[in-house]
Amino acid sequence: MRKEYETVIGLEVHVELATKTKIFCGCSTTFGGAPNTHTCPVCTGMPGSLPVLNKKVVEYAIAVGLATGCSITQNCKFDRKNYFYPDNPQNYQISQLYLPICQEGGVEIETPAGKKIIGIHEIHMEEDAGKLIHDEWEDCSLVDYNRSGVPLIEIVSEPDMRSAEEVIAYLEKLRMIIQYLGASDCKLNEGSMRADVNLSVREAGTEPFGTRTEMKNLNSFKAIARAIEHEKNRQIDLLEEGKKVVQETRRWDDNKGDSYPMRSKEDAQDYRYFPEPDLVPLMIRTEWIEEIRARQPEFQPEKRNRYRQEYGLPDYDAQIITGSKHLSDIFERTAKLCGKPKKVSNWLMGETMRLLREQEMEPEEIRFSPENLANLIRLTEEGSISNTVAKEVFEKIFAEDTDPVSYVEKQGLKTVNDEGELKETIEQVIQNNPKSVEDYRNGKEKAIGFLVGQTMKAMKGKANPGVVNQMLRELL
Amino acid sequence: MKIREIRDFTAVQLAEKIKQREIRVSEAVWAVLDQIEQVEKEVNSYVTLDAESALQQAEQVQQRIDGGELTGPLAGVPAAVKDNICIAGMAATCSSKMLENFVPIYTAEAVLKLQEAGAVILGKTNMDEFAMGSTTETSAFGATKNPWNLNHVPGGSSGGSCAAVAAEECFYALGSDTGGSIRQPSAFCGVTGLKPTYGTVSRYGLIAYGSSLDQIGPVAKDVSDCAAILETIASYDKKDSTSLKRKETDFTAALKTDITGMKIGIPRDYLGEGLDDSVRKAVLEAAKVLEDQGAVVEEFDLGLVKYAIPAYYVIACAEASSNLARFDGVKYGHRAKAYEGLHQMYKKSRSEGFGPEVKRRIMLGSFVLSSGYYDAYYLKALGTKALIKEAFDQAFASYDVILGPAAPSTAPELGKSLGDPLKMYLGDIYTVSLNLAGLPGITLPCGMDSKGLPIGLQLIGDCFQEKKIIQAAYAYEQTRERNRSPLAENGKTTEEETEDRKTADKKIADGEALTGKKQEERP
Repeated sequence: MRKEYETVIGLEVHVELATKTKIFCGCSTTFGGAPNTHTCPVCTGMPGSLPVLNKKVVEYAIAVGLATGCSITQNCKFDRKNYFYPDNPQNYQISQLYLPICQEGGVEIETPAGKKIIGIHEIHMEEDAGKLIHDEWEDCSLVDYNRSGVPLIEIVSEPDMRSAEEVIAYLEKLRMIIQYLGASDCKLNEGSMRADVNLSVREAGTEPFGTRTEMKNLNSFKAIARAIEHEKNRQIDLLEEGKKVVQETRRWDDNKGDSYPMRSKEDAQDYRYFPEPDLVPLMIRTEWIEEIRARQPEFQPEKRNRYRQEYGLPDYDAQIITGSKHLSDIFERTAKLCGKPKKVSNWLMGETMRLLREQEMEPEEIRFSPENLANLIRLTEEGSISNTVAKEVFEKIFAEDTDPVSYVEKQGLKTVNDEGELKETIEQVIQNNPKSVEDYRNGKEKAIGFLVGQTMKAMKGKANPGVVNQMLRELL
Repeated sequence: MKIREIRDFTAVQLAEKIKQREIRVSEAVWAVLDQIEQVEKEVNSYVTLDAESALQQAEQVQQRIDGGELTGPLAGVPAAVKDNICIAGMAATCSSKMLENFVPIYTAEAVLKLQEAGAVILGKTNMDEFAMGSTTETSAFGATKNPWNLNHVPGGSSGGSCAAVAAEECFYALGSDTGGSIRQPSAFCGVTGLKPTYGTVSRYGLIAYGSSLDQIGPVAKDVSDCAAILETIASYDKKDSTSLKRKETDFTAALKTDITGMKIGIPRDYLGEGLDDSVRKAVLEAAKVLEDQGAVVEEFDLGLVKYAIPAYYVIACAEASSNLARFDGVKYGHRAKAYEGLHQMYKKSRSEGFGPEVKRRIMLGSFVLSSGYYDAYYLKALGTKALIKEAFDQAFASYDVILGPAAPSTAPELGKSLGDPLKMYLGDIYTVSLNLAGLPGITLPCGMDSKGLPIGLQLIGDCFQEKKIIQAAYAYEQTRERNRSPLAENGKTTEEETEDRKTADKKIADGEALTGKKQEERP
């Protein structure tokens, strides 16, 4: 009989900040340039070059710290983390060990058992490394330093999570806060948000932590959930067999659904941290912190309330739409343009969500413009297109951000209000459906619906159902 | 004007002659190139020499002078730069096999400032490998010799810069000072060298040894030149976060002889055991001269002197172990020819590329930063550094200037130092504490020992008080004759010079370049 176990999880989350330039030089942070085109002597570690701190990085770090209830270390500094690897041009990373910029905060998550605070131990600033590309053909390795020096913050949680669900809830919450701040796009698949999972198990009810492992290479929420489940079971199995968990770093292979040891504690490197002598300690003025605090955006809970009150949205809709900064931005701008918030909400909650699910996309990946959705709503409201046509047009907007006005025009999708053409079609429908006509005349109101449907079908949706209904009644 | 006479000018004097149209820039360049041809084989001051470029620069600078664009005190003066300071397009080897073929694409801020002021850069000077050493014998390209006696070392690590100035192979040079690397070789070579307050000269383009201690500074023939050079290179540079916005950088304004009432303290701890009698005598005589000029001189106890060297070597080596990690054979510099796998590539490239002194300091630095030792060594050294700064703060509450020797002895013979590194490290006793405390210091000649080797006087100022030490040094200097080293003195006969002069004029007229020591000719 298995004992009861409790899983203890802490997270180290790396987030690439959305600054235009790198943390210690003026090179662009844009993703995807030709190799080594966004580089200079500083971010390629040339001798004699010196780092200069990007103020925006500090500002973003403070903003994230304030939004997660951290205290700001007003006297903070950078340290060097020494290790040899070719993607790290100086063979040391400028990071923060002794005095990280943010300390002791937390975020609230919703769990089935109610609300829960996940503690944040610290947030520190550091530089990203370059990318190694192995050329199998030439059997050599190449280095691209475009990413070298891209600013990161590392958010280190307390070991407060007990399940994969809590981990996902925590990550979603963090991502939402950071996206609301505009501090990062937080894309797990592109690596702008990376989570390492520290996990241990212990017998339920016992106090001391078990031996933990650190899991790396987790590129999606699904992979994180799978890896946690797998690692938890692996550790419990070991303990059940009377074996010990080895403290080590493991690499998750999501395709195989399994993890492999990367390095154990024994061969863990001594990073020989020491204060970075090329940068002076930071003195963060209280006024600056207050300025940043005053500029903090409206976060999700407040926005969700406002959507209920100001736009009269149901709580569920308000929650879903504000769950993504990008989605709520689209909502607000579209509502402002067309003045019909409920209609906008319906499009986002209905068709948009359906298409996102079908195409396995995140709300952040929506590319259509509020202008085009607003115009679509206007077209339907005017009765210029029918709902059926509108849905078809929306798919075009969703896929290609098509301008609905010119599209409807070009494709000839406008509702036909020409009574002559409509009358002909209706007469044809009456002729072809004598049974329904008779039913209607015998007082069966429902039959009119069928006839309207037949007419719409014959018109390929390009008719106004109200007008069709009225004309049918007149002709009958 | 004879070449020997031209060579004898200080930088400021030469610039004045050029301004007065008495000497052309190309003549000045030729004068030092000629001397280089005569003595460089013996002295070995330079790692890289680009005569062709120097003559081209001379033409351009001459045009800027003729056009009235350049009027400063260094316009047209040929200079040399220590080989750990980057100049775009010219090898920066740090006198190491590791960087033998490294050519930077950027120019150090300090050199840019000189170029703006109309300097003609002749080449790069020899040094101890990565500035680690006190003799310039750890250079991968052979030791530099002392122009006063070729059997002796010039000191280090800026030995090439100091020897080049003493041998009149240039009119002035830039050096770098991490623990005395400008001041000690200046003393050994009988020239004047100044280490500014930390943060005064941008470190951008200086290949780092100990980042929190490194400063670029001038090596020159006299105090006036030092002041003029420092005034030119001192600048706030936003590319260097540790550079400072200083209010007063008009250092030449301090060239005044009236030192009445100036308070000068001599630390008793600087005159004790280990100091050569000849040095003690010369330094105290210099103090007497200053006293005669109206300064108030007294001895006092500075304290903590014996802790400066261990603290310095812990901090400098810790930083060096990290600063030199980038030399790994991946991006530039030496890469081993044959290796298997990444680890071996690192290991072989670094084993082959670095010399023994560099390896020793990297190992020492890595050790003191290791987990378990960090608190006992590195943190303790940082604490000691803070205490040393406090001791100086206390002293400067009472004194304007602190006076002492630059080194315990005069220049040792070649080949006598590297065998006992600990003893060599102890030779830095009077210089390293300034770097730990960030203070400025100047050394200038104050006599000769019985072997005819120069003795250096060191004047130390509080942070930002370069003007006080410049003034004291200037006042002292005015009481003495400037001595030329034998290599500078033993020039050619008048007849030879006239012949050479004709050839030189012809070469210049023909636009022919003198072939200098180029990269490929390095030993």
